[in-house]
Formats: sequence, structure tokens, C-alpha cells
Amino acid sequence: MKTRNTIIIGSGPAGYTAAIYASRASLKPLLIEGEPSNVNDQPGGQLMYTTTVENFPGRPEVQGPELMGDMRDQAQKFGTEIITKRATKADLSRRPFKVWVGDDEYQTHTLIVATGAHALMLGLADEQRLLGRGVSTCATCDGFFFRGRDIAVVGGGDAAMEEADFLTRFAGSVTVIVRRDVLRASQIMQDRARANPKVKFLWNSEVKGLSGEEKLEHLTIHNHKTGETSQLDMAGLFIAIGHKPNSELFTGQLDLDELGYVTTSGVTTSVEGVFAAGDVQDRHYRQAITSAGTGCMAALEVQEYLANHLELLQEAPKAAAQA
Amino acid sequence: MIKTVNKSTFQNDVVKAARPVLVDLWAEWCGPCRAMEPAIEAVAKEFEGRVDIVKLNVDENPEIAQGLGVMSIPTLMLFKDGQPVNRIVGLTSKDRLSGALNSALA
Repeated sequence: MKTRNTIIIGSGPAGYTAAIYASRASLKPLLIEGEPSNVNDQPGGQLMYTTTVENFPGRPEVQGPELMGDMRDQAQKFGTEIITKRATKADLSRRPFKVWVGDDEYQTHTLIVATGAHALMLGLADEQRLLGRGVSTCATCDGFFFRGRDIAVVGGGDAAMEEADFLTRFAGSVTVIVRRDVLRASQIMQDRARANPKVKFLWNSEVKGLSGEEKLEHLTIHNHKTGETSQLDMAGLFIAIGHKPNSELFTGQLDLDELGYVTTSGVTTSVEGVFAAGDVQDRHYRQAITSAGTGCMAALEVQEYLANHLELLQEAPKAAAQA
Repeated sequence: MIKTVNKSTFQNDVVKAARPVLVDLWAEWCGPCRAMEPAIEAVAKEFEGRVDIVKLNVDENPEIAQGLGVMSIPTLMLFKDGQPVNRIVGLTSKDRLSGALNSALA
């Protein structure tokens, strides 16, 4: 079996940037980009669920999906091979490393883990049944269906503020349900939401139940401070309570922290030759540009690693190794 | 080939169709709907002649989406003999989509 120079798992800004750098260095990377799924880990990553991105340098106003499409094209232009399936298993215990996509096995000298993070759900009994029937994880997709209706957003971070603000384009009112009495969101996002007359806040509150036959009708809300439980009439509930890193594939193989993030120093993991980039290893910044930055770092580390282990290279990118 | 349906062709092309029909409810502003496109194109090829695959823009045809109780896109609905028999909400893989179509054809 052919052993590849590098395999990149994941296709957000980190994965595509790593692929752009690795392919320009003639490493012929294989990018396993994942497949469409309803848990927000689709090809293109979390930006596929956003609308306008205003903070990516050089693209003052770009649509998230468009930005990701451009990154993918750029990676392909320099010879990245892309598989639109999910990596299902990895073995990092011996060299070359092995990665499986279903029954297909791939071998590689180095690995870049850029699997990102997925959106958390509330974990309530009727959540799955009412998903797509009032419960939503994608404001940009589904806001349209709630014209003039009263809806709620649960969460206190940037994503929740952005969704609340965006949803007022359609909804009659948007109630933001926040667990604490402060917001985790950045100041600019808080200010935007607070200044929006259609946005209300419900503090110290948690959604405890969802009800409705054909579609969502009521939320059961528990207030921690007063201890009261109440019912709210709501046609829609948008969930934006944070993310969990997609690191299950590497449990027991790479060092992970208590929240499941891959532990890194720079982009170096606990296994030599395995690098991690983007949200799977970043519990702090989680931006498109920081992900892209760490993707670049991982690809440069791969080049250096391969150059230092010349005996690994078979059909080697000679030019790159000599450079 | 993936055909586009709207409120005036929905009855003929979906409800009264001779074959099972998979309806892809989408809109221009829906990022995940775009992520779904390659999978839709692949099943359209795989099931050519057995299942009709059609696209319905919910922005231009809100009354149909509402009539079907669709409140989230992408949603894929499979119609057989004029009746909706399967509904897939959110993104789904090509393999799962093929599986759903195969079991509907069986």
C-alpha cells in the first residue's frame, strides 16, 4: 500500500489552509473532508452555517459558505486530493499511521487533525422529534420560517447574540434565554443584541422541556434565582449553547484535555508526526483566521518533519525536501 | 437530471408523478443546502429512471413549504403515490440518502 506524505482530516479553515500549504509544497496531501450530517460537522465546517463574515482579513463582507468554497477551490488548484467522506477510525500506535474511511484504509507518514467542533444540543426528551418542527440549530437556514412569530434563542455567547440579532429580520420578537445573569459574548456582539428593540433577555433561566404535537408550541423554563418553573409560548427555539471538539477518533491515542480538546504545544500533539489545527485544539480563540493560521503552521511542521525524516519519503517531493 | 418545481407544477410533477419523487426543499441563502448539493447530484445519477429528484425553492414557494409543515432547510421529502413517506431534516450523507431511497423502492 502507498504511504502518503500527509493526510489532513477536516475541512474548515484549518484543514483547507493546511491543504493549500501542503499541496503548494508538492506533498500531494489527501484531505478527508467529512460528509453532510445534521450535527454541524459537514464539509466546510461551522462557517457553512453562517451568513456574512466581516472579520476575515481581505474579505470585508463575504458569505461563510462562499469563503469556504473559495478555500476548497484553492486547495484543489494545487493538487490536493479530496475525499467527501468521514474518517471512521485511526491508528496512531505505529508507523506509518493508518486512517480508515469505512472499509478503505490509508497509510501516512504524518497526520494533520483539523476535525473542528460540533454544536451542542440541549439533550431534552423531545428535542430530536421537534428538530425541523420549530427546534433549529441554524438561524440562517430557518429564520425565514418564523416571520412575525415569537421565538427564542438559548445561549449567551457570540453565536447566540448573532443569531438573535439576525432572527429579528423575520421574527416578531426574539427572547434570549441565558443560564447566568451575564453574557459570555464579546462586547460588540452584546451591544448589537442589546440595542435591538426586538431582542429580550431572560436571565438565570434554563430550558427544561419542549412541547407541541406537530410542531413546537411551548417551552418549560426554570429560573434558578426564583426557583420558579413557567411555560412560554414559542413557535421556534434556536440552540446556540456552544461546541464540543470532534476528537472522539483520537480518544486514547492523543492527549486530550478534560473538555476533549487535543492538547497541543504550538500545533504539536503528544504523538510525533501528528499535528492538530483549528477548533479541535483551540478552546480559546476559535476564529476562522486563527484556525487558518494554525492550519498553515501544521503544514509547515509537516514539511519540516518529513525533511528531518528523509528515509520516510518514497516518491518524495524532492524539491520540497531540498528547499 | 434535477428538475425545478414550483407551485404551479408541484401537483403534476410530485403528487401525480408515476415514480417516487424526492423533493429537495432549499433556498439561496441556506449554506448547508449548498453543502448538500453534491450528494443530491450523486443520488440523482444513481437512481436515474427510478426516482425523480426535484428542487423546490422555499423562498419563491413559501405556501408549499408551509403546507408540508417544513420549518427547516435543507429538508428532503420522499413522495410515493402522492403521499409523503419519508422526511429527512438537515444535512445527510449520500449513503444514508441512497439507503432511504432503496428502502422506499423495495
